[in-house]
Amino acid sequence: MHKPQRILKTFKGALASGLLVLASISAIAASTSALASSLADIEQRGTLRVAVPQDFPPFGSVGTDLQPQGYDIDMAEYLAEQMDVNLDLVTVTSANRIPFLQTDKVDLVISSLGKNPERAAVIDFSEAYAPFFLGVFGTEQAEQIEEPAGLAGKTIGVTRGSVEDMELTGLAPGDTTIKRFEDNATTISAFLSGQVDYIATGNVVAAQIAERESQRAPKMVFQIKDSPCYIGLSQGNDELKAKVNALIEQAKQNGTLESLSQKWFHTSLPESFGS
Amino acid sequence: MELDFSTLVPYAGELVQGFVTTVVLTAISTLAGLGLASLVAYVRSGKASLLGRMLGGYVEVTRNTPFIVQLFFLFFGLSALGFKISALFAAFLAMTLNLGAYSAEILRAGIEATDRGQLEAARALGMSRLQSYRHVVLIPAFARIYPALTSQCIIVMLGSAVVSQISVFDLTYAANFIQSRNFRGFEVYLVVTLIYLLLAVGMRQAFGFVGRRAFAFRQGGNA
Repeated sequence: MHKPQRILKTFKGALASGLLVLASISAIAASTSALASSLADIEQRGTLRVAVPQDFPPFGSVGTDLQPQGYDIDMAEYLAEQMDVNLDLVTVTSANRIPFLQTDKVDLVISSLGKNPERAAVIDFSEAYAPFFLGVFGTEQAEQIEEPAGLAGKTIGVTRGSVEDMELTGLAPGDTTIKRFEDNATTISAFLSGQVDYIATGNVVAAQIAERESQRAPKMVFQIKDSPCYIGLSQGNDELKAKVNALIEQAKQNGTLESLSQKWFHTSLPESFGS
Repeated sequence: MELDFSTLVPYAGELVQGFVTTVVLTAISTLAGLGLASLVAYVRSGKASLLGRMLGGYVEVTRNTPFIVQLFFLFFGLSALGFKISALFAAFLAMTLNLGAYSAEILRAGIEATDRGQLEAARALGMSRLQSYRHVVLIPAFARIYPALTSQCIIVMLGSAVVSQISVFDLTYAANFIQSRNFRGFEVYLVVTLIYLLLAVGMRQAFGFVGRRAFAFRQGGNA
């Protein structure tokens, strides 16, 4: 009976030290909001630090010159330019982009960040700066479809089991033919080879198709689901947030966002964007 | 883990649709494929000719490339070239061409096993060329290779599972579809596996039934 007890003791000890580490980490985490750099700090420093993706084209990827490029990078450059400060790009993965912000390693996260309640509990969001949506895309000649009933009689290719498959299946009328393919590549092939004239997919995938095959660039005819991207910043950093929002609004008005959309998504901003 | 088949009930319609598609597709491409095989084997077992060489090329290409590649070639390739064919027709065509090539070779082996003397005897007895070919060569050849042919047809039926890749609503498509909705993969594939098994056993029985009647002359002896 000695042995099991000793094991239990060791286990308890490990548990206690584990809890201690955890407690200190959460204490540090709790104090991080005070770490955030305010707008004044940034202006004084003369550098805006922005977390951008490097593995998610066309939002952010590494170009042939090994420099980051993409919609998010251009957006960061625009903000830094308007704020008249230098830009420091920090490439992050989608898993660590919020921790980078929480530990004040960056001032802004411009990394195709979507809004959800879990994230809203720990960081703040700006206004939407980039379109991100699921839609039905057609060929250049395809006509706009106003409501789900307009999908009747159409044959639409989609990747089986994807979010767009579920959404489309839910809202399309009974006589819409939905052709489900195994993966994105097969769905794209079906569209490019002319087997289907419509596909349901995300605007990012559509942009990739347009990139590869400008002859048959997909055009959005019907929006299924809208979940635009927001710039993430630390909670309570209200001056910076107001500044960023004002610059986004300006970019919307003067066509900067429209030209970014043309450049990286090969299509106009959706009409509903930012409304 | 617990098995819960009740989540499959709402999808019974999909399973039935998939089952029917697989059965019908297999039936028509088996008939068309065996017809094609008979023609190819006839031409190829005769005198060497240009047509025979071309058919030989078809047999070799088909037998030496994966079925799914042939399917994609017909579905995506032809469409990109401007011949737009439906997924179902592409599946039928691919299965027919595949079975045609394999069973042509099986059949040719049966035909070439026929002693020339038998054919000459039939001619000497006054049978026409076609008559003697049909009764002395083709039918006994079919009888000889019938078990191998049965297996080949079943292989094509089982292989038809990949036509789900080009959006044909067959049994496998139904399984993938249901699995992507109720996330009960094990139950779905268990049921579908059973259906395929029953289909294969059923096909073997049906072929046996037909064979016993068509080749009644073989019973009890070796041709």
